[in-house]
Amino acid sequence: MTATRILGRNAPRVDGYVKVTGKAEFAGDLVVPGMLHGKVLRSHLPHARIVRVTANAAENLPGVVAVLTGNDLLDLKNWRYGHAIKDRPIIAVDRVRFVGEPVAAVAAETAHIAYEALGLIEVEYEDLPVVGNLDASLTVGALQLHDMGSLRAGLFHGLGEFKVGPGNVCYHHAFDRGDIGAVFSDADIVVEGDYTFPAVYQYAMEPHTVIAEHGGDHIIVRASCQHPFLVRAELADLFEVPTANVRVIVPYLGGGFGSKSYTKMEPLAVALARKAGRPVRMANRVDEAMVTTRRHNMKCWMRTAASDKGVLLAREVRIWLDTGAYADNGPRVVATAADAAPGPYRWQAVKVDAWGLYTNTAPAGSYRAFGATHLAWIGESQVDEIARRAQLDRVQIRVDNLLRPGEEVRPGGKPLDADLVSDIRIIAGHLDWDSPKSPDTGRGLGVSLLAAGAHPVSSAIVRLEADGSATLLMSSTEMGQGVRTVFSQLVAQELAMEVEKVTVPGADTQKTPYDRSTGASRSTTLGGTAVQRAAQDVRRQLQVATSEIWGVAPETIELREGAVRHADKVLRYSDLFLRYFGLAGGEFIGQGRVQPVDEGRGSYAAGPVFWEVCIGGAEVSMDRDTGRIRVNKLVSVADVGQAINPHLVEAQEMGGAMQGLGNALFEEMLYENGQLLNSTLLDYHVPSINDLPDRFVSSISENEDGPGPYGIKGVGEGALAGVPPAIVNAVADLGIAMYELPLTSERIWRAMQRDSA
Amino acid sequence: MLVSTKADLIALRATINGELVKADVEPRETLLDFLRDRLGLKGAKRSCDVQVCGACTVLLDGEPVSACCTLAYEVCNRRVTTIEGLSHNGKLHPIQRAFLDSVAVQCGFCTSGMVLTVKSLLEEHPQPTTAQIKTYLHGNLCRCTGYWNIITAVKQAAQLMDGGRDTLP
Repeated sequence: MTATRILGRNAPRVDGYVKVTGKAEFAGDLVVPGMLHGKVLRSHLPHARIVRVTANAAENLPGVVAVLTGNDLLDLKNWRYGHAIKDRPIIAVDRVRFVGEPVAAVAAETAHIAYEALGLIEVEYEDLPVVGNLDASLTVGALQLHDMGSLRAGLFHGLGEFKVGPGNVCYHHAFDRGDIGAVFSDADIVVEGDYTFPAVYQYAMEPHTVIAEHGGDHIIVRASCQHPFLVRAELADLFEVPTANVRVIVPYLGGGFGSKSYTKMEPLAVALARKAGRPVRMANRVDEAMVTTRRHNMKCWMRTAASDKGVLLAREVRIWLDTGAYADNGPRVVATAADAAPGPYRWQAVKVDAWGLYTNTAPAGSYRAFGATHLAWIGESQVDEIARRAQLDRVQIRVDNLLRPGEEVRPGGKPLDADLVSDIRIIAGHLDWDSPKSPDTGRGLGVSLLAAGAHPVSSAIVRLEADGSATLLMSSTEMGQGVRTVFSQLVAQELAMEVEKVTVPGADTQKTPYDRSTGASRSTTLGGTAVQRAAQDVRRQLQVATSEIWGVAPETIELREGAVRHADKVLRYSDLFLRYFGLAGGEFIGQGRVQPVDEGRGSYAAGPVFWEVCIGGAEVSMDRDTGRIRVNKLVSVADVGQAINPHLVEAQEMGGAMQGLGNALFEEMLYENGQLLNSTLLDYHVPSINDLPDRFVSSISENEDGPGPYGIKGVGEGALAGVPPAIVNAVADLGIAMYELPLTSERIWRAMQRDSA
Repeated sequence: MLVSTKADLIALRATINGELVKADVEPRETLLDFLRDRLGLKGAKRSCDVQVCGACTVLLDGEPVSACCTLAYEVCNRRVTTIEGLSHNGKLHPIQRAFLDSVAVQCGFCTSGMVLTVKSLLEEHPQPTTAQIKTYLHGNLCRCTGYWNIITAVKQAAQLMDGGRDTLP
């Protein structure tokens, strides 16, 4: 087995067998002895004061063990949580701020009894004015959702000094450079517009599920969460127990896409278990998952200036993101959207203001490629419009203006680590850009950058066993992306062993070492670095042990095909164990870590860890009588530095692109005065197999220009953010400028009427 | 009083994965709850609860149904196949093999239902066209794969099964 056969090889998924046989365990499949079933009574009002909660009848129902209300939290020093801003009560205490907010929770012997008890709880509300959307939130004198002065930064605020805004501003992020006014007043071409992006639902097929145990000063949580260590920290903080006493166990996740990032229902489940004195299982339905977290809807004003030759000069952007009733990951979404707003171009002047605003809607947080998905289609549609006015080809204007590798993306941050010109040419090639097309066919493409990687702290432990197999202890969550497979390949690569001999159990914060999170396309890059180092640590130990046996220098010992070698000497790992430990046992344990100021890699402090390339192209045809769009072809490029497992890269690209298609064409959570109108999958449509474009073409760009092992970068989000710009620009290529997503037939038809009037 | 009492129970006899099962079920008990909570057959997953997503698909007399919207008593004297009934003694069914080989599995939450629907498809159309595959699978959502590799897997399974002939007894 040579090195190249593992790296870049399409190793089969290590979790494939258990998944095709239905044996893979998800949180909902677990049973804890004595476990009760928890159900949540949710507010049907978007904004109200809670006058009284009467739960006696529910408590007296046979089979009910506990009913939790806000009053049960008051012995806690702090009953509000939130990794960015501690603004969210574990359960409503005196006020509800969105339809779906937990008001009471019941733990009972069966789920049926718990449901039935919910109907016996009486809640007396006093209506408050509803801040139903961004316009209402921005109105001067609008009712404030939060007592802003009392809000405190969360444990993982991570965005510098914590400041609360005036009115309903949850977070403001701004930067500017150059003389924006002067550049705009001298520009030949200025394109300007107002845009909106809808609220959308991540729909991970497995809704959030938690089993919580609370006893004495110990907490055990089995949860469908992406970031077990951040959940652990928040639970320790809320329930005032030592961090080491909180154990978070994560089985396989049925998709995440950001919906299971940070802390969601875990505090409520723990609080209910604490009151019940027994383990409690809580599982969201889809309508509950939808109001647990969603993607931010947005309004945006943008203008872009250029010379008559199509040289991009300046861009000014104002962004208003609706974070709903609680911040969740809103501040980070605001910052990432602001980062994505200028696009990957050279500017003389840039000015960006982005605000996150509270409204009486479901909390908004992470969803795959947040920020870039919001902004890329807007910036890229303006670049296309400038190309048309300057009479330039739309690929050419990008080739002329795109940043080159090593150029500054933002002052002081990581320089560009990708070859965007090459990538955009690949996209144009896949689209047969210069080939003739019918009048009802449009082509479009777009490129943007996403600040990826999140905070660079990960660690890993590799245990090499006496039979030559290995266990990797690592806390990245397997949610479909294939992280356990890729990590197995990295260990196998470094220890010259077979991928199949590496076992990767799931995260258990009491046993597996710290990993900041699974998201922001960070696992292969940052987690992978820790894994590689842990395996290299074992490798060094094998070399030292062998050198003692053979009396040769450690660095002259080679690892190949499951054996240590020197000249004509060969010792299989199992034989090395026998010789070194004197029995068919013992262990070599290696550890690896990555941190902000990192040996050999400089500092990650300026961020981001890497720039994820969001790029896509589309060819569409349109029915001019109905405005219906058909996507003939979708294309993408995965700019990954180097693919550890090309099949898994392609699989993620295809999945991301399909989600992007849903975001671009039809997905939208419809809110009316704080009420969600389409809260089931019957009326919220996600892409089905019938929504497939006729063709999908993807290629992998490998320039070994990433910060991870062997020059790798993350993947998984760029394809999503690349699709809306491609489709919007393809529709504009048909002569229809769109300012509002999704591009439903009705919206396009109305735009055609507008343009012909 | 909504809480069920013993008097409500219905005697159920059904063949589940080839074995006769007898149980007393509540009138409101869904097939999904019965399979998962009483028989421990957890391959069928709960997701949308409204017969849209297909994650809970099982075969009832060979036809795909959503177990979340089927009552347990409805399977009286009928034949139910779940994902656990598809592979025998660790030997994968050709559809399962094809899903693995075609990288048609990511998170795995849709996989059980998807595989079972494909089994029914291939019995009706041993060499299905892409259009037939789409018609059959539009009731099985997948959020990870973007469906491309699933279509590939179905076609590969059709080949492995040599014109729809199930290699299993």
